[in-house]
Amino acid sequence: MTDLIELSAAQAAESVRAGEVDARELFETYRARAAANELNAFTWVADAAPEGGAGGPLGGVPVAVKDLFCTEGVPSQAGSRILEGYRPPYTATVVANLARAGAPLLGKTNQDEFAMGSSNENSGFGPVLNPWDRARVPGGSSGGSAAAVAAGLAPWAIGTDTGGSIRQPAALCGIVGMKPTYGACSRFGMIAFASSLDQAGPLTRDVTDCALLLGQMVGKDPCDSTSLEFPEEITLPRGGDLNGIRLGVPEELTGSEGGVDPGVRDRFEEALKLAEDLGASIEPCRLPHAPHALSAYYLIAPAEASANLARFDGVRYGLRVDGSSDLLTMYSRTRATGFGPEVKRRIMLGTYALSSGYYDAYYGTAQKVRTKISEDFKAAFERFDFVVTPTSPWTAFELGAKTDDPLAMYLNDFCTVPMPLAGIPAISIPCGLSENLPVGFQLAGPAFSENRLLSAAYALEQAIGFDGSDARR
Amino acid sequence: MLDHSQVLHVARLARLELNDAEVERLASELSHVLDHIEKIRELELDGVAPTSHVIDVVNALRPDEPIPSLPAEVALAAAPEPVEQGFGVPTPGVAQ
Amino acid sequence: MTDTYEPVIGLEIHVQLKTRTKMFCGCELSFGDPRNIHTCSVCLGLPGALPVINARAVHFGLMIGLALGSEIAERSLFHRKNYFYPDLPKGYQISQYDVPLCSGGSLGEVRIHRVHLEEDAAKLDHLGQSGRIHGADRSIVDFNRGGTPLVEIVTEPDFGSPEQVREWLTLLRESLRQLDVSDVDMSQGSLRCDANVSVRPAGSDTLGTKTELKNMNSFRFLESGIRAEIDRQTSLLQNGESVVQETLHFDPVSGRLTSLRSKEEAHDYRYFPEPDLLPLVATREMLDAARAEIGELPAEREARLGREHGLGPELARLFAFRRELGDYFERAVAAGDGAGPVEIANWIPQLVERIGSDADPSESQVSPESLATLASMVKAKEISRDAGREVLTLLVSEGGDPRAIVQREGLGALSDGLGEVVDRALAADPDAAAQVRAGNRRAVGPLVGYVMRETKGRADGGEVTKLIFERLGI
Repeated sequence: MTDLIELSAAQAAESVRAGEVDARELFETYRARAAANELNAFTWVADAAPEGGAGGPLGGVPVAVKDLFCTEGVPSQAGSRILEGYRPPYTATVVANLARAGAPLLGKTNQDEFAMGSSNENSGFGPVLNPWDRARVPGGSSGGSAAAVAAGLAPWAIGTDTGGSIRQPAALCGIVGMKPTYGACSRFGMIAFASSLDQAGPLTRDVTDCALLLGQMVGKDPCDSTSLEFPEEITLPRGGDLNGIRLGVPEELTGSEGGVDPGVRDRFEEALKLAEDLGASIEPCRLPHAPHALSAYYLIAPAEASANLARFDGVRYGLRVDGSSDLLTMYSRTRATGFGPEVKRRIMLGTYALSSGYYDAYYGTAQKVRTKISEDFKAAFERFDFVVTPTSPWTAFELGAKTDDPLAMYLNDFCTVPMPLAGIPAISIPCGLSENLPVGFQLAGPAFSENRLLSAAYALEQAIGFDGSDARR
Repeated sequence: MLDHSQVLHVARLARLELNDAEVERLASELSHVLDHIEKIRELELDGVAPTSHVIDVVNALRPDEPIPSLPAEVALAAAPEPVEQGFGVPTPGVAQ
Repeated sequence: MTDTYEPVIGLEIHVQLKTRTKMFCGCELSFGDPRNIHTCSVCLGLPGALPVINARAVHFGLMIGLALGSEIAERSLFHRKNYFYPDLPKGYQISQYDVPLCSGGSLGEVRIHRVHLEEDAAKLDHLGQSGRIHGADRSIVDFNRGGTPLVEIVTEPDFGSPEQVREWLTLLRESLRQLDVSDVDMSQGSLRCDANVSVRPAGSDTLGTKTELKNMNSFRFLESGIRAEIDRQTSLLQNGESVVQETLHFDPVSGRLTSLRSKEEAHDYRYFPEPDLLPLVATREMLDAARAEIGELPAEREARLGREHGLGPELARLFAFRRELGDYFERAVAAGDGAGPVEIANWIPQLVERIGSDADPSESQVSPESLATLASMVKAKEISRDAGREVLTLLVSEGGDPRAIVQREGLGALSDGLGEVVDRALAADPDAAAQVRAGNRRAVGPLVGYVMRETKGRADGGEVTKLIFERLGI
């Protein structure tokens, strides 16, 4: 029923509450579309709508969940063959929160293996296709979640963002994606990639849906020592102007040295113009260490990942390559067989960066660069409310276009990695098309500025008037 | 800048079995990536404290109260080699 | 001429804390339970699980640090220690590295280097003939123990002999037992000790290459293992060979030392700060709470008992190491009643003999006040020492007041009429009397015996002997 699909999640929730829409019918409509799965966006889809009422603030509107969130009794594989078929005995806090708030589990979405990638071509279960052009990537690592929402296979979804893995696929798929402040959402039950950077966040059709979903995700969790109490309630955005809002545009992330594609640059400038019309002031700002964020990220994240992935050793769960009576071979062969090439690359890089004699030069130095990046943002936020950039330097590229050169792939992230390094929140909204492919506009704010970010994004979204319905056909 | 023996050493630390082609490829890929990343070592960072935790909070402690454990069969549900209610493994070599 | 070498020994001690739950999760601690019934997503290292620090483990860690006189870090960090082993579910152990909870301190004459918190590994059982790792080819992992809170205590290399190690470990064990932070039972693994051993030419102050001795699960094996290693290193050096840095396992049955790891597998633990845990700050409240629970430790008590009460070293050590005896003693001293601490102290071993060496005297029928009274009665010669022992036996079985017992049993010291009894004794055994008169003091025995029998032990033996000598003009 195309009518149901055209409702945003917030509208659907409202309709269910008003008795106009039956929650089970809503679930079944999406379930059928998800199960058809022509984009390979899903690794698992629910058999049927769940029993029980559709109460709660999320109104029974089902949610697609990235594969790496543990869901009890349901495959949670983090996109990896080493966890193929693994069904955890517990559910991630964030997913449990959403279920309790009335968003049942629709399905698990495909992703880059262990969240390592920017194109969803690193999945152990095949690449995901971009609904805007099926010869192209949806972005990554939350490619499945982004494609599902963009194609109307799920009303909304959650993913994780470590270096841009929510925002970048959201941009490439023409939807909204947000990475909250580090610690805002519990990481308990999120199969870890880089512990000091990972955060769960929403991928939605619009900013209102994003706020609605985020509101049920945040909160201090006794099972996650790094989670924090969010200082205020997440509210649904209202208002249509940006009067008095000061936007800073960092040259380091938007200038020609950044290698931003001209079409993306044009859409970005147009969005800036719209912001100005809405009353915002736009000025250049400096983030002097931002050009080094990518390097710092590609040392810190793989280092933490190399330790986080050490538990995949064939002893207690997951793949084991049998037939060897030698422990060392069992370990090495299991891991070599179960992990894909990008994961191996990053484990090697991370192990090297931490190894004896290299710690200070690599990991140690990267953590100092991280301090400087945090300081850069702090200074910027004294003069500006938000820092704005294009989310991704280019639109969706063709499948296979960047798989030969890891470094080329890493460069996808250079606008999105500074924020997780500083632990600050950022949101991406679609701001137009370039050669029929979506372009994303990113706003980043200080820690715990989610409500203000959502308001500003909302106002801009209204002015831009992006129509993503093409991708849903 | 990463030679074969270094790649093999790191692979061993990480318990990853690599064939010759992979060692070759990784040596070149990692060197290429490190060349780019290396640049941060030229930055002026004297006296800068490394970030160990990006949030400025301390002391998340929990009370010493028991929480129910998993039943053994659940703990062992995904075990590749369940043996006598334990996880079977090849015996570690004495010189590991 | 053979060179003489002296040993230099340092210890690495792991203490399992007696909290209710594990270091980073709420699973209960256990010993000897069926496999894998005390596990959860955290201590099994399941994907997505996260550690949360046990506040009581920190409390115990602070108590240990304060008791050892260590400096407590204002802010300490947990680190990941990365390596692969089946008993390590995450592929890393959460421990502390360059910013530990406590630094420095001392116990007795040994300096402490550091004290830190970490989690214990799981248990590996080996399937094979002997259940030991050699000769097995399949092993089973039990995660019940995995995640148990550990305090690691590292000493400076201040030990000069295996005997000194054994004595000091006894002191440490008793101190920890009195702090009530651990069961400190080596046979159950709640106290484990590895030794770092090196030798150097006698009198030198440089350090030789050290080896690490592991897996010795009793004080006796530790002592003999260290001795064996000292001998091995000494003869290597005497033969002009050098000591290789390695980890060794001592087999007490064969007396052999086997290398556990070759030196090639150099430990590259790739430590980095644990991102899943926040820094640990020792607040004023936490320190006050820890300090409040530390009583007086054995080493301090031993010194004080000698100093304040003039006790000799054996009794001071006994009362310091067995807190119940020390407490009982001090209460008796407080009761006083005319007896001094040394007199009172001497009666306690007598009491222990009667109630059993493991019993707590405060749970016996003999109140500290009664013991003090008994001691003072004997001191004042109101009753003889032998009578005193009889009274004590009666006190143990029925309690009550010693004076009443003496009255009832008629055990009062006999000094009236003692002279007549002595005269009778001399009359009854003139030969003995003659020998004593002639200078053979030892012949007085039978005469004393006669008097004691006649007086049913109520006379004081020393008094009797004195009287006899007087009568005989000695």
